[in-house]
Amino acid sequence: MRPFEYVSPNSRSQAIGLLGATWGNIEILAGGTDLLTLMKDDVVTPKRLVNIKDIADLRGISFDAQGLRVGALTSLGELADNENVRKNYPALSEALLEAASPQIRNMATIGGNLCQRPRCWYFRNGLGLLPKDENGKELVAGGENRYHAILGNQGAAKFVSPSTVAPILIAYGAKIRLEGHKGKRELPLEKFFVIPKTENDREHDLRPNEIVTELVVPPASDLKAAHYEIRQKEVFDWPLAVAAVTLKLQGTNVQSSKIVLGYAAPVPWPCPEAERALSGKPVNKETAQKAADAALGKATPLSHNAYKVKLAKVAVTRAILKAAGGAA
Amino acid sequence: MPDYAWPDPDHRTLIGKRTTRVDSPVKVSGEAKYTYDVHRPGMLYGKVLRCPYAHAKIVSIDTSAAEKMPGVKAVQIIQGPGSNIHWAGDEIVVVAAVDEDSAEDAIRAIQVKYQQLPHLVSDAEPPSGSAQEQGPLSMDDIGDMLDNQVPTREMVSQIQRYGLTQKPSEDTLKGLKDDGAPDDVLTALRSATVHPEAGNRPPSNYQKAATQTTGDPDKAFSEAEVVSEGLYGIPVITHCCLETHGSISEWTDQDHVFTHISTQNVSGIAGQMAEPLKIPATNIRVHQDNIGGGFGSKFAPDRWGIFTAEISKKADGKPVRYMLERDAELKVAGARPSAYARVKVAAKKDGTVTAWQSNSWGTGGPGGGGMPPIPYVFSIPNQHLEHTAIRNNIGPARAWRAPNHPQAAVLTMCALDDLAAKLNMDPVEFFGKNLNLTRARENTYREELAIAAELMGWKEKWHPRRQNADGIVRGVGLSFHTWGGRGHASDCDLTIHPDGSVELKMGTQDLGTGTRTCILVVAADTLGIPINAIQLLIGDTNYPPSGGSGGSTTIGGVSSSTRRAAVDARDALLAKVAPALNAQPDQLECKNGQVSVKGDSSRTLSWKEACSKLGAMPLTIRGKNPDRSKPPDLTNSGVGGVQMAEVEVDSDTGIVKVKKMVAVQDCGLIIDLKTAESQCYGALIMGISYSLFEEKVMDQATGRMLNADMQFYRLAGLSDIPELIVHMMTGKGYDERGVIGLGEPPVISPGAAISNAVANAIGVRVPFLPLTPDRVLAALEQKGRA
Ligand SMILES: Cc1cc2nc3c(=O)[nH]c(=O)nc-3n(C[C@H](O)[C@H](O)[C@H](O)COP(=O)(O)OP(=O)(O)OC[C@H]3O[C@@H](n4cnc5c(N)ncnc54)[C@H](O)[C@@H]3O)c2cc1C
Repeated sequence: MRPFEYVSPNSRSQAIGLLGATWGNIEILAGGTDLLTLMKDDVVTPKRLVNIKDIADLRGISFDAQGLRVGALTSLGELADNENVRKNYPALSEALLEAASPQIRNMATIGGNLCQRPRCWYFRNGLGLLPKDENGKELVAGGENRYHAILGNQGAAKFVSPSTVAPILIAYGAKIRLEGHKGKRELPLEKFFVIPKTENDREHDLRPNEIVTELVVPPASDLKAAHYEIRQKEVFDWPLAVAAVTLKLQGTNVQSSKIVLGYAAPVPWPCPEAERALSGKPVNKETAQKAADAALGKATPLSHNAYKVKLAKVAVTRAILKAAGGAA
Repeated sequence: MPDYAWPDPDHRTLIGKRTTRVDSPVKVSGEAKYTYDVHRPGMLYGKVLRCPYAHAKIVSIDTSAAEKMPGVKAVQIIQGPGSNIHWAGDEIVVVAAVDEDSAEDAIRAIQVKYQQLPHLVSDAEPPSGSAQEQGPLSMDDIGDMLDNQVPTREMVSQIQRYGLTQKPSEDTLKGLKDDGAPDDVLTALRSATVHPEAGNRPPSNYQKAATQTTGDPDKAFSEAEVVSEGLYGIPVITHCCLETHGSISEWTDQDHVFTHISTQNVSGIAGQMAEPLKIPATNIRVHQDNIGGGFGSKFAPDRWGIFTAEISKKADGKPVRYMLERDAELKVAGARPSAYARVKVAAKKDGTVTAWQSNSWGTGGPGGGGMPPIPYVFSIPNQHLEHTAIRNNIGPARAWRAPNHPQAAVLTMCALDDLAAKLNMDPVEFFGKNLNLTRARENTYREELAIAAELMGWKEKWHPRRQNADGIVRGVGLSFHTWGGRGHASDCDLTIHPDGSVELKMGTQDLGTGTRTCILVVAADTLGIPINAIQLLIGDTNYPPSGGSGGSTTIGGVSSSTRRAAVDARDALLAKVAPALNAQPDQLECKNGQVSVKGDSSRTLSWKEACSKLGAMPLTIRGKNPDRSKPPDLTNSGVGGVQMAEVEVDSDTGIVKVKKMVAVQDCGLIIDLKTAESQCYGALIMGISYSLFEEKVMDQATGRMLNADMQFYRLAGLSDIPELIVHMMTGKGYDERGVIGLGEPPVISPGAAISNAVANAIGVRVPFLPLTPDRVLAALEQKGRA
């Protein structure tokens, strides 16, 4: 085993003090369901692990007129089962329950879920986040890219963003709160995800000395929402497409909407084109399909994943219909 | 002569009935111990440095740093400088250390320099004209074959068939022997013809492996009324044993080894370890209680089983445990060869099949591999077959449950099903019409087909292939299969003690198939005592040898030897008991835990009282199979099965769900109906898994396996398994054939049946398994364009 230092601070400030200025040597440990696997496989090799599970004020769920506040250490299982979440954000609860398995949901934290690393099989085999062979040739574009990105894949990053929960959180308008050396920040969740340009970049707008502290989700009583996942296996499988939709209706027509794709791009992929296509329209199969076509209009599939364009369209169509209460 | 024959239905108390697995409680409670669970006192942990490249030559190895590390007890080079490595993940150096972490640290400290060589990990259709006739073999070829673990029989046949480019010197032969070349290979090398002129042939990855013509296919095709052409295939999958391969070996003294190993072949392991360890097989004790999956990949100690014992010796004989890591298990410990074919089949308008032509290819890794037995089950009168074997760098293939048959079923039954569709015939009618081509099993198949159709509700569910698939669509498909399954050689010792206790020892293994239960059913039925009155001891070379569990040979072997031992033991006991009951031995019977005079219940002894008549010494009888001196033959060969699948396909997403499967199967006389059915259920589950999910994904650029883990090497989960209906053929016409194996046959048909059901549902063939959404959507799109 590669030796590493293990520290267990019990306050945010202590934790932040133990983090470094660059990526690579220090990692934050929450539930460990992703990080420990990466370490066992030698994909990440930290010299120090900062366990944040003893920081009490990173836990807890509260709900009031301002909406939902979720501590970063809240487990996926706890969040899915929370009464306020089930009642007010049912599509979030559903997305959480479709993720992983009960055992993993009990260990995995929501902060870790949003910060988990890509499932790209080149990355997981130690060939890099932007996989290259020994001669610097990119591996994914001409390789086994059946599960890779169909959008936002023009650069070297071709993996898909791994969280199945992020799209619906973004569709609900969630914000993420971070705390670091320079104090606190709040970002719309969609801005938290970034496409790395070099091997040393990460997939998040998280500085090496910051931690995710909290999620804030605005009230959603006026929204109709849906999460739709296409998986080959019935349960416990990585999806091939995820779509999350929230709709604000005026009468029977869509006043505004938020449509976000998962498993399509290196980041959760908001679809303003689809939102525009749906705006002012009634929701039916035809308008939903038009929105889906708009969402994928700029797709740039790789050599083996054109089918994912079709799947993403189906996911968007079904999510819109499901949100509106129609048949999915 | 005692009557060893299986009892008729009126005289069976347990045989053919439903007996619950005797090892259920220990399995369910977790008390059952697997090799993986074995921890010996003072045990060291092995770790292996594996080559990251698919094809490379080792330039140098420096283990000095590793040797000096704390906790490291021994380091051994497995393949030294100069060795050619033919697949990523091959073993280079092994380390034994006091714990896994120290062993792993030591592995990281080893420096190996490789010279990378060009590799091929694809099994795509060979470029036309690329296939070479195999020429005479060079000594390098022979070395490669040994490295690639090509089976001895195959090596000998290739040496005899193709000859050599040079005569091997005695030194070369000695070197080969030291490297583990079996004597049969050395003998073949000594007597091979030599063709020195063929020395400098450039090697090809593509080798013509078969060209065969039967009847007059040209004429048959030119006269055909209907011809169907298609492309079919089934990829390389891995065995993915949940208990990985591996062993724990220790030297109990200078020349005795004790090995715990995860194996399908307890009695056969010592013999394979003897030569490399340079001690007699009798000095090697092998033990295994339970195995967590083998599927055909665990017959040998494997290179790692040998070096585990070798490094134990280096470490003063301390027990060394080396069980493969999950990724290694998927990369190197088992692969089922792929098979693909372009097939053309012809028929008359009435559905009579007249001709078959196939150009097939596939890979079994560096050894290339052979042609599956196509056309399968149906002996089509006019045939032309060509097969190209691809030798590539994906790692060696191993037998996978019913070797070559699932491939043959897919290539054959899917091609015939497409022909039925072209004829616009219901497959039940079409295959039914051609059952005469199945020869020996015709009547069995006819009965099974009717039963399967009934259980599936085929009549209501079948429809001609859809022209337009829209939304969620359903379809049904079927397939046929066959298998041998004659019982293997098996010895056992049955002992009756004067206190009435009974013990049965046999060096067999229970793969989870219910072997323990079946042995006990036979012994208890024969002795007329309950199952729990017998202590069964298996899984150790201290017991009489019994064959490896492969080829579905176990049930026939162990039930036959047990029957003979139990009949002889019973009769020997009756001879001792007869005077006490004032009767002749042949007037007595053993039933319900008693020994009594037939027809006179007043003259009865309890089993315990009867056994006390043995005097001071227990009675031990050796039972054997085969045993011509003790007829009749109790086992037989040849089964047939029919399976049907119903699927639901979402034509927008290409996702296939299996909704129902029916398996109708014969296997002669059934010992335990419950475990027999379990074999079929398990096979259907495994079949659904390889039909929908499994595939060894290789990266062409790096030559590595990308999904050597259990997140991307998908296996079916509980919720992917639908209603499964199993019907075993029993009674007249089946029971009197004797006991025949069942482990493999029911796993052959699912791929073809499910693929055919999908074709029925969506109206177009998805050429290759697994039936993943990308493939299903591609087929639908192609149809849309057509
Ligand atoms: C078998 C399996 C199936 C899965 N299926 C799904 C699925 O369907 N959908 C899905 O969305 N996910 C799935 N996951 C992923 C799972 O949700 C994540 O592994 C989990 O949420 C990570 O949380 P954790 O607390 O265990 O994080 P850890 O493993 O502890 O950390 C993960 C990463 O996040 C960083 N991190 C954690 N917390 C913080 C913080 N507060 N601030 C900054 N950085 C932090 C760590 O440094 C690390 O890089 C699956 C995982 C497994 C193993």
